Amino acid sequence: MSLFDFFFPKRPATASIAKERLQIVLAHERAGRESPDFLPRLQRELLAVVTKYVAVHEDMIRVNLGKAGSASVLEINVEMPAAAGSKAKAKAVPA
Amino acid sequence: MVTSGKGGVGKTTTSAAFAAGLALRGHKTVVIDFDVGLRNLDLVMGCERRVVFDFINVINGDANLNQALIRDKRIDNLYIFPTSQTRDKEALKREGVDRVMAELKKDFDYIICDSPAGIEHGALTALYHADAAVIVTNPEVSSVRDSDRIIGILASKSRRAEKREKPVEEHLLLTRYSPDRVQKGEMLSVEDVKEILSVPLLGIIPESETVLKASNTGMPVILDPASPAGRAYEDAVARFVGEQREMRFQLPERRGFLRGWFGRAAS
Repeated sequence: MSLFDFFFPKRPATASIAKERLQIVLAHERAGRESPDFLPRLQRELLAVVTKYVAVHEDMIRVNLGKAGSASVLEINVEMPAAAGSKAKAKAVPA
Repeated sequence: MVTSGKGGVGKTTTSAAFAAGLALRGHKTVVIDFDVGLRNLDLVMGCERRVVFDFINVINGDANLNQALIRDKRIDNLYIFPTSQTRDKEALKREGVDRVMAELKKDFDYIICDSPAGIEHGALTALYHADAAVIVTNPEVSSVRDSDRIIGILASKSRRAEKREKPVEEHLLLTRYSPDRVQKGEMLSVEDVKEILSVPLLGIIPESETVLKASNTGMPVILDPASPAGRAYEDAVARFVGEQREMRFQLPERRGFLRGWFGRAAS
């Protein structure tokens, strides 16, 4: 170790820290960005259709866009009020 | 369209260099300043004293295009379209901009739109019409993050996205790059940024004192053959029009024995 290294000790490479932090924050932000803004509207319209036939409450329908491998999966959960536990579940892959 | 999300990374420098570079290659080119209220392209292009009418005047019908376009005195085929200094940011009305762009398309081979920073009205208007986007990024966390955001907006808010046409062509331009600092592990490398953004690389512009000198005098840096940044821009423009060029400025310059020794000792 030279005298120089003693006075100016080596610090860890900050570039790799930057890369890691960016990869984490961007993965998070991209996930949020990819959820399309039609989901709340879709949820409302579905609710309107379902309530024509079954008495369901607003929070008994959940619409989610997730990922399964390379495909996007639109998941629609409708909870049926009468018989507890009977849960209709529909899955569709959007175009 | 030249964009970045973040401010101060080199959008206007890049717009000026690209416009000059394309015109030098014989393409009739116009460069438009979309940064309403913060006009600066005129200064960087050295035509600030020749501005009579601006973009907003043309949109409002107070002047026609020929009255507002400034012909560059150094380069044939190059025109500058300055923006207005109005504080009304919404002055860039959609229909007006559509009409001006359609009119320019008839006359010009290339229309370079210098986008303002941010994701507000001016930036969205500039990116709406884009067929190709040069995303100017510094190897620095805030710039990379903002570039990623702009890439997302391009994919959802551009005219091509709206009309479900072929997506906007994306090009990454890494500016203010210091190979020395990359080698020391102090700066994100070109490979790091490419991997994070996954956009094809158009060029690397090295950090260079000549960029400031060029803007001081109002000359696009590409016109300075002694400038490493100018040569790097020339390469980037060549690649943009489809030529193959080796990617220069990735490694530190070779230095003299003494500087090399001191450089190592100090790291």
